Amino acid sequence: MERVNEFVVRFANVNGSGSASANNLFAKAIFRHGLPVSPKNIFPSNIQGLPTWYEVRVSEYGYLGRRGGFDLVVAVNGQTLLRDYRELSPGGYFLYDSSRELTPDFDRTDVTPIPIPLTDLCNTAFQNPKLRQLLKNIIYVGSLAYLLNMDFSVLTEAIEKQFSKKPKLAEPNIKALEIGYAYSRDHHPDTCRLRVQKTDRVGDNILMDGNSAFALGAVYAGATVAGWYPITPSTSVVEAFEKYTKMFRVEADTGRRKAAIIQAEDELAALGIVIGASWNGARAFTATSGPGISLMSEFLGLAYFAEIPAVICDVQRTGPSTGMPTRTQQSDLLACAYASHGDTKHVLLFPCDPHECFDLGADSFDLAERLQTPVIIMSDLDLGMNDHISPPLNWDDSRTYDRGKVLTAEDLDNRQEKWGRYLDVDGDGICYRTYPGTHPTKGSYFTRGTSHNEYSAYTEESPIYQAGMERLLVKWQTARSLVPSPRVKMRDPESRLGAIFFGTTTHAAYEAMGNLASQGVKINSLRLRAFPFQDEVIEFIDRHETIFIIEQNRDGQMRTLLIGEGNFAPEKLLPVLSFDGMPITATCITSKIKALLEQKQQQSSKDGGNA
Amino acid sequence: MSTDRPSFRHPQAARNTAGFTRKDYEGAISTLCAGCGHDSATNAIIQACFELAIEPHRVAKMSGIGCSSKTPAYFLGRSHGFNSVHGRMPSVATGANMANRDLLYIGISGDGDTASIGMGQFAHALRRNLNLNYICMNNGCYGLTKGQDSATADRGSAGKKGVPNPYSAIDLCELAIELGASYVARGFSGDKQQLVPLIKGAFAHSGLAFIDIISPCVTFNNTATSTKSYEYVREHIEATNTFDFIPLQQEILAHYPEGTSQEVVMHDGSIIHLHKTDAGRDVTNRRKAVDSLEEEKAKGRLLTGLLYVNQNIMETHDIINSTLRPLNSLTEADLCPGNTALQKINAGLR
Repeated sequence: MERVNEFVVRFANVNGSGSASANNLFAKAIFRHGLPVSPKNIFPSNIQGLPTWYEVRVSEYGYLGRRGGFDLVVAVNGQTLLRDYRELSPGGYFLYDSSRELTPDFDRTDVTPIPIPLTDLCNTAFQNPKLRQLLKNIIYVGSLAYLLNMDFSVLTEAIEKQFSKKPKLAEPNIKALEIGYAYSRDHHPDTCRLRVQKTDRVGDNILMDGNSAFALGAVYAGATVAGWYPITPSTSVVEAFEKYTKMFRVEADTGRRKAAIIQAEDELAALGIVIGASWNGARAFTATSGPGISLMSEFLGLAYFAEIPAVICDVQRTGPSTGMPTRTQQSDLLACAYASHGDTKHVLLFPCDPHECFDLGADSFDLAERLQTPVIIMSDLDLGMNDHISPPLNWDDSRTYDRGKVLTAEDLDNRQEKWGRYLDVDGDGICYRTYPGTHPTKGSYFTRGTSHNEYSAYTEESPIYQAGMERLLVKWQTARSLVPSPRVKMRDPESRLGAIFFGTTTHAAYEAMGNLASQGVKINSLRLRAFPFQDEVIEFIDRHETIFIIEQNRDGQMRTLLIGEGNFAPEKLLPVLSFDGMPITATCITSKIKALLEQKQQQSSKDGGNA
Repeated sequence: MSTDRPSFRHPQAARNTAGFTRKDYEGAISTLCAGCGHDSATNAIIQACFELAIEPHRVAKMSGIGCSSKTPAYFLGRSHGFNSVHGRMPSVATGANMANRDLLYIGISGDGDTASIGMGQFAHALRRNLNLNYICMNNGCYGLTKGQDSATADRGSAGKKGVPNPYSAIDLCELAIELGASYVARGFSGDKQQLVPLIKGAFAHSGLAFIDIISPCVTFNNTATSTKSYEYVREHIEATNTFDFIPLQQEILAHYPEGTSQEVVMHDGSIIHLHKTDAGRDVTNRRKAVDSLEEEKAKGRLLTGLLYVNQNIMETHDIINSTLRPLNSLTEADLCPGNTALQKINAGLR
């Protein structure tokens, strides 16, 4: 196999063995060669001992989704050695720790073995047993540098940067890199035909994880209160928020922080805290995953009905129930869209990269306050926890927060007509609210999850209840005009085929569209960014004969949502699904769409024959 | 449907130091059953607020679900109220308090709301020592669903249905002391004399003040066989030290002979003077406070009054070291780091 700047490397490690920093170093070094890179951490729900993989896709074309298959395996986990060997693509390379000999099972003739005695090299060079384990990983990165023809100085500079505050630690790391490099040079010259060449395809892009980006968006949007409960894969959202508030929110004179982060007793309380804070005029959010959404449903209904802003970042994982906590999925769509009993609907946003996690994250606070309702950011484990190439983050310093319809003491004094908390004076379904403590005599009201009239008094009058519920639909229409619009790509205006996808399916889907186009199948595409769906979504579906709905769940939840909300014929929307817990691949999408097209063709020729 | 009271005001009505009449602290007319203990508790809250000259609009009333949780509609009509969901008042109150530490928070809950569905939230608000006045109107039964036993019903007690409760009772005050509340009291809705100062002490306290008000349910649990009936409570009540609550800025007029009183200075400078009895109780000692409750229980008595107070535990805001300014008053200039800082972050991610 001979490839330049287009290949996939898979690292097979043992969880808790310090492989993450070595593997990150490799990915970052590829990135610093100016090459788009897409690392995926495939880790177990375990702290130490179980297998973990790290897949790095290098793509000069800029394909960032998972491709499927891998061309080089760095196999340093005895538990999975044979499996890793067997799954390697034909023509691929198998780098393994040859301190122990391979058994006769390793008998493939279509792959190239690259034996490197990592343990022996490491134990000879380093005495400290703790460091040994970590440095053994660095040695294979050094080996890769030679095998892939990488610029060695990029790696040493990365190490120096990483340990700039602890130069003593940089030294053994660099030594380990050199040992690996030298061994490969001396024993495996001209073995590996995968190569890295410097390019400038990265531009000013950054490498960042979605959870940090959302947290930073929350800081920029002025979030001050976070209520949360630890759950994989969302925990790092609040950890990042904490980190950034320590950077940016500490009062110079008092040392006190302009933020309140409360680790709650469960997800119910986490959202309760958010609702209490938002009700009282602070911007607040929580981050959670599917099991947390289930628990938060009760409070989501209250926030919807009592009309209280709330921002929830749902970093989805594989369900149902506890499912696979460290695998990804887009399977909370229906649970989030209609969370809670009774008639409820919630605004959902679908970021596809860290840049959008930041932007949509910041926007979600404006939207939640403008609409006085919960807004849920639908991220997932792949986006949240993996590093992604992303356009740089940007903030317009002239931007002000849209705090929505909030009356000040002065507004209340100047008001002629009687104020009602749930009185729709503007006709957009959104009413004016007040914060507690605003005015000595005006603007107080009783917030409740029970049925209320326009002046927030309890009512059991059917027409009043019904009018309130109908007004919420007016507000839902207003939401359609405020949520971020979809991204449409028309490859061929004449084409009768369309595809709809969102979130982390995006990159693999675009790659699949490209693959199909090169085979003569031109599919127009629409990337959803929000629920409720705007007219553009409806129009896009209307103008095509067949729409592929590509998503990462078993039941085609987005398809169900589109059919229900847009009243489309189910046979027009064809599901293209991947739900094994791994990020969806371009190969999977391409083959499934091709199969569906063949089926359609057979169907129509059969129908034609019968006619 | 709640009904507003007529706005007629007597011209000679007494005003407090802030210029408010007692009427200014009232709310809508109660829709609870006639004789409900909760209405007496509500009146005690109104009285305490009036006597302390609290500005009504600087109070936020939080509640869960149940008969007790309806009462915030019946007091402090000029304050914002939040009738949230069942058992979740503490978390909503936590969020509200985080957003604005300058308001006075009154959390109203009941025994179902606190000791069953909301036990988790109750426990964690306590251990965080949230600056909240948590009042539980405790009648030992579920009134709104027609009288089922609650988790605070004593073993053997029987309400209107006549079936003795087979389970052991949760003592919310003992629990509160164990879990870190810094002010714990028990009152009886039938004893306003004791209740009003207990509430005033709670308001002056920084941190979580928990008051368990035994508040009989006249409709479902006021039977001869119930231990939460007016009659039973009156017969079995035992009080800790009686005390005077002296608000900040009020001159101390009473004279306390040495050795007969214990002085507790509250966070805001107010003083609680406890009149020592022979019982040898010490409300500033956590272990002794629990012992006192257990001892009286063993004698078949219900201990009321101020049970425990500790002014030295930090409240949540101080534990997490958040700004002294209300977070909801901060603006873009306080909160947004700006684009230059963001570009530096970008640079670090390349």
